[in-house]
Amino acid sequence: MPRATPVLGPAAVDVTLDVNGHARAIHIRPQRTLLDALREDLGLMGAKKVCDEGTCGACTVLVDGRPVYACMTLAVATAGRAVETVEGLAHDGGLHPVQEAFIAHDAFQCGFCTPGQIMSVVALLRARPDVTADDVKRAVTGNLCRCGAYPNIVAAALAAAKRKK
Amino acid sequence: MKPFAYVRAGSVAEAARLLGKGSAALAGGTDLIGLMKGGLAAPARLVDLTGIDGLRGWTRERGAGLRIGALTPLVELEESEGLARHLPIVREALADAATLQLRVMGTLGGNLLQRNRCWYFRDQAVPCWLKGGTRCFAVDGENAHHAIVGTDGGCNRVSPSDLAPALIAHDARVSLASARAARTIPLAELFTDPALHRREEHTIRPGEIVTQVVIPDSALQRRGTYVKAMDRKAWSFALVSVAAAARVRDGKLRDTRIVLGGVAPVPWRVEAAEREVDGQPYSDAVAARAADVLLADAHPLKDNGYKIPLAKELVRRALARLAAA
Repeated sequence: MPRATPVLGPAAVDVTLDVNGHARAIHIRPQRTLLDALREDLGLMGAKKVCDEGTCGACTVLVDGRPVYACMTLAVATAGRAVETVEGLAHDGGLHPVQEAFIAHDAFQCGFCTPGQIMSVVALLRARPDVTADDVKRAVTGNLCRCGAYPNIVAAALAAAKRKK
Repeated sequence: MKPFAYVRAGSVAEAARLLGKGSAALAGGTDLIGLMKGGLAAPARLVDLTGIDGLRGWTRERGAGLRIGALTPLVELEESEGLARHLPIVREALADAATLQLRVMGTLGGNLLQRNRCWYFRDQAVPCWLKGGTRCFAVDGENAHHAIVGTDGGCNRVSPSDLAPALIAHDARVSLASARAARTIPLAELFTDPALHRREEHTIRPGEIVTQVVIPDSALQRRGTYVKAMDRKAWSFALVSVAAAARVRDGKLRDTRIVLGGVAPVPWRVEAAEREVDGQPYSDAVAARAADVLLADAHPLKDNGYKIPLAKELVRRALARLAAA
């Protein structure tokens, strides 16, 4: 006999998320998006809430290493999967090479899209260290920048890729 | 979003059993969560299919065709070198589909079952015909993105999927399973014929889930190509798209399929158009005749007449590309 699958909710349930390598227990209703869980329940404000409809990419985080829109992802559905946010990139007080490259290349103005842009670039460079400008543009197609910092975002990503090699 | 219960199914049988009245199946969620946030869907229970083994990935066996699991993420279809050798049109169709994030999240089954993007339909406050209202608000409203053909005086939505035309051009069949039965139908029949005046976009029945898409061996002999026009260079639904496939020899196309997206409420195919092409040495004039037949019944609205010359040019480009390859 296969064991019965538990039905969660609609009342709040205990869920344990794996966020930036740490197990984080939260008590949420199933309709909580991953974005709201990160921001409201876990205090991780890096992923931004802008369109909240899977259009702008400001909420981009990595799930099992691949970029997703946290605003269109249910937190309960990510239990057991590895979630990474921009807060998890810095180590031992040092910024991640992609973060450093964004600063060095002035790859933002208002900065609101930046955590999402960075997560998309981090995922790209982990998968393929050798990238072209077209690869970078394709990787951040789903991350809108209203300031128009795109040329510098591409330059930053290429510089980070070069440094990584 | 209204509160709902969430359950992760471990098998097709369990999913089918859990999908009772008021339930909805959840895969990537990229459309469903948006519909729920917008007040267009309010399921009492979400049955998460993504944990089901065996519905992810593809297989190719001679005699059994090419089978693609419905829960395969779009990004896996796009990145698979093996699939690109058997069915290169899939990678072409996904190259300009949505964004990487949405292709990571979205699945084959979800792409085929996504609901249309008509802005009147998507606005909860507009009681359009498809949502049970009395009339279409696009027909005399803002209709630049709407249908030019096949509406039969009814809903003027367009079929938004990039994969559907590409797969139909390769004679795809789709398998569906419920707690009671399983069935396999031509993929084209997953889309509701607008002439039937049913207020739904798909023929999937309550309690059913899509389990796989199958491409028969014979259709894998065809070369295929997909061309898409958007109102910007990326991250946009098709204004018009054309999937074309044929066996090509000595500059002649045979066994041709031409399927359009973005022009009709369903992926748009007219078999008589394909007969204009079959067995003929390719020329732009042959392509123009095929396009004329495809759009013979077109009735553009106020803002979407541009789709007729656009569709004709994309048909020409697609067929010319096949003939030249």
